[in-house]
Amino acid sequence: MPMRPLQLVGSFVLTFLESTGRLVLFAVAAIGHCVRPPFYWRSFGRQLIEIGYYSLPVVGLTAIFTGMVLALQSYTGFARFSAESAIATVVVVSITRELGPVLAGLMVAGRIGASMAAEIGTMRVTEQLDALTTLSTNPMKYLVAPRLVAGVLTLPLLVLIADIIGVFGGYLVAVYKLGFNPATYLQNTFEAVKVEDVTSGLVKASVFGFIITLMGCYNGYTSRGGAQGVGAATTNAVVSASILILCFDYILTELFFAR
Amino acid sequence: MTDKPPTKIRVRGLRKAFGAKRVLEGLDLDVGAGESLVVIGGSGTGKSVLIKCILGLLKADGGSIQVDGEEVIGIDTDQREEINRKFGMLFQGSALFDSLPVWENVAFGLLAGKGLHRKLAREKAIEKLAQVGLDSDVATLSPSELSGGMQKRVALARAIATEPDIILFDEPTTGLDPIMADVINNLIIKITRDMGATALTITHDMASARKIAHRIAMLYEGKIIWVGPVSEITRSGDERVDQFIHGRAEGPIRMAVRA
Repeated sequence: MPMRPLQLVGSFVLTFLESTGRLVLFAVAAIGHCVRPPFYWRSFGRQLIEIGYYSLPVVGLTAIFTGMVLALQSYTGFARFSAESAIATVVVVSITRELGPVLAGLMVAGRIGASMAAEIGTMRVTEQLDALTTLSTNPMKYLVAPRLVAGVLTLPLLVLIADIIGVFGGYLVAVYKLGFNPATYLQNTFEAVKVEDVTSGLVKASVFGFIITLMGCYNGYTSRGGAQGVGAATTNAVVSASILILCFDYILTELFFAR
Repeated sequence: MTDKPPTKIRVRGLRKAFGAKRVLEGLDLDVGAGESLVVIGGSGTGKSVLIKCILGLLKADGGSIQVDGEEVIGIDTDQREEINRKFGMLFQGSALFDSLPVWENVAFGLLAGKGLHRKLAREKAIEKLAQVGLDSDVATLSPSELSGGMQKRVALARAIATEPDIILFDEPTTGLDPIMADVINNLIIKITRDMGATALTITHDMASARKIAHRIAMLYEGKIIWVGPVSEITRSGDERVDQFIHGRAEGPIRMAVRA
């Protein structure tokens, strides 16, 4: 049957386009609900705390160890060329441009994306979403919109904190283990970092916040079939958000830095 | 001669299919204002689908549903939110929001839908809890801390909190012991009578149907095959109704059983 491989490709493409279309329609509807009243401030506040405050320990730990490893690895590499003074530059630029937003994004995707998909998915299979509708409350407005806005606003704050902690991690290793002069290290750090390094990282963080909350909500909202469906939604939310974070990281880096 | 009460819900030619499976095939039903109509029928006959189509949780494929003379099939989301303010709904699995305490569950429609102040909403919730026989101590508990019967009562309190014109009950006694089932039946009778509300219940519990109904309708193969006063159901003259109400395995209704 000569058409079979083509049929398989066609079927895959159609399924992909259908899924993408559904996701885009969901995202457009969700954005619409973010800007149209009523606004559920209480639900929004709860999400700010959930995404921002409770993610601080995991993001902070990731950042400090990343900064420390970066300083150590850079030193072992750069020492061969007597370029140890570039360590401060490598640490601060890598953290602010790339590692801060990407690692924080991936950690939050694991923590928040999974929990959103599981919570909304459970609400779906236990008819709680239907109950919201019967109480004249749009689930998109009550559940999805506050999460999206909180994600977009909170991730940059988390990344800003991660940047500071990451640079501090590099400083600890450079000064206390490698014997760098603290003042010189800090001076090199401040001279190396530019405003656009930090802002590009924060814009990335905002986009990642949108991706994480969108994938968490979408997969939870569209989950079907009881516990197994909720489990699948949780996995899909984390995997799809992680992949999209890495894709958009490249796209945004191109937009910001490609000359 | 007594006047016939005005029709609260009028369903004509309602059709709904899921893929190739046709669930409702031209269903006609009238529910008069202030009456308690119970729809009986076997599992999988489309009783829940009927209620979900009336509430707009499922999109009907064809036919007409009028609430107070207003067509509700094909209306937009805002109109649907407005129409749903007329309804209260008791879900089969209670569908209480796990993330909120009992009182916020009961007061949800007042807080989110009517924008009532939290203090007043809480007082109203406690009043409604008392109406269904629950103490104010229950108000601060989480739904997961309650027994099945208590959850059902909280769900009933939530369904009546906004004092709706029409209350829909989806299998109100399923999963309850006979005594608790009778408590729920008594509450349904008392509440609908006190509020003067119209009640549409779906169940396969004949004891419950006989107790709470003014009229009973039987749904079979996507259509209402018999409707009449509860006192006449034993004289329906329809073998399928007789088989169902007496719970006989032998008869014209064949259950799909696969080894």
